Amino acid sequence: MHHTTPAVPTLSATEVHGVTRSAFILRGTLAVAGLYGAGAVGPFVSRSLAQDGGANGDVEILNFALTLEYLEAEFYRRALDLDLSAEVKALAGTLGAHEAAHVSALTETIEALDGTPAKEPKFSFPIKDEASFLELAQTLEDTGVSAYNGAAPAISSPEVLAAAGSIVQIEARHAADIRRARGEPQAPEPFDKALEMPDVLKAVKPFVRA
Amino acid sequence: MLEPRTNLPNRDGEPAMEQLARDPSSRKRFLSAVGGAGAATVFAGLLAACGQNGGGEGERVGDTGSVGAGSGGPTGGAAATRQKNPDPKMGTSDLEILNYALSLEYLENAFYARVLESDLFTGSDLEMIKGFAQNEREHLEAIKATVQKMGGEPAAEPKTKFPLGKPTSVLTLAATLENAGAAAYLGQANRIRSKEVLAAALSIHTVEARHAAALNALLGLAPEPEGAFAVPAPMEEVLASVQQFIVTPTP
Repeated sequence: MHHTTPAVPTLSATEVHGVTRSAFILRGTLAVAGLYGAGAVGPFVSRSLAQDGGANGDVEILNFALTLEYLEAEFYRRALDLDLSAEVKALAGTLGAHEAAHVSALTETIEALDGTPAKEPKFSFPIKDEASFLELAQTLEDTGVSAYNGAAPAISSPEVLAAAGSIVQIEARHAADIRRARGEPQAPEPFDKALEMPDVLKAVKPFVRA
Repeated sequence: MLEPRTNLPNRDGEPAMEQLARDPSSRKRFLSAVGGAGAATVFAGLLAACGQNGGGEGERVGDTGSVGAGSGGPTGGAAATRQKNPDPKMGTSDLEILNYALSLEYLENAFYARVLESDLFTGSDLEMIKGFAQNEREHLEAIKATVQKMGGEPAAEPKTKFPLGKPTSVLTLAATLENAGAAAYLGQANRIRSKEVLAAALSIHTVEARHAAALNALLGLAPEPEGAFAVPAPMEEVLASVQQFIVTPTP
């Protein structure tokens, strides 16, 4: 019964119509299983599907975001060990501090919703110098923007949505910062793409150690 | 029921919403400095042009919480409020929000058009401005088309005036408009009812944020002036801040 026509043709990348909350969560959960092993997500599925909407669904999305923030925060920590120019080192420090603040905020939000924060996975990143760091940073930040933009419409709590919006704006600013450092266009598209959870997890899988 | 937003800490350990309520940023200081009581009147005509009820039957309901940073944070319990809002006149409809966004896009478009006419910029700065202008043009067209698809009437384009001086002051004005735009979209995100409209608004929101960060950096300012958490701006505050760029029709 709820089926609005797509907002605008040019916005097709962001459309989430036809995706029910359950479907969104289930697909994300299956993707998590692919990432961490099926055993890790048994309770996760039953809980989120039993209660379509509400705090439990939001907790799943917040844990998805938390995992991405763990990854970004650790990525910038590792970058500081590289031989970076003063400017890029300062940038990595600032962005890393923001990501660490996102980790804390999401963890506390999940706990406030009586959820269990996801554990931090072990990561490895193929970065060896400034160029490879900046290149991967651009991918991660652009992916982060798309991940939040894709997940946000499935959030049910206005407060959680506001928090996600406040964070994704910073991810977008980071993406622009990194692109500037690389001499790339900072806003190459008029509309940032939305990515679904499985696609995001697939994109970051190479950096998660089993 | 707990309110997650109030528990969001920043990296100094202070809950983000309290930090937001304290109004720390220079942007906010700027906005309060230029704020005027007449702004709502200027835009009332624009907003009145929109239809009765464009909310659509979205999933997100209970949009009772103001996201206004200046209002001192959430007033409670909205996370627990899942029942449908019984009165469609309560709260702002999606069409009103879209026409508000359209009004801001008109401003940004008019501004960039003036800047590109001015020959003030060359080289990479000019390329950047052209790119941003193109993005804003697409935002404007997309929002206008969305309003029409929802059966609403797009807000009329306002007459605008911008003080264009030296390149640095023009870039400062651009940064002001883009930062205000990002804060404005963020301020509406959790008031939008339709998932489709929300997805569209989010995809524009992060592009405004990219523009804002790029311009801040070009000016030697912090690309994330508010730190790890962006601060939303309520509609009234944004409208007050842009009033100076609207030519008020004289009767």
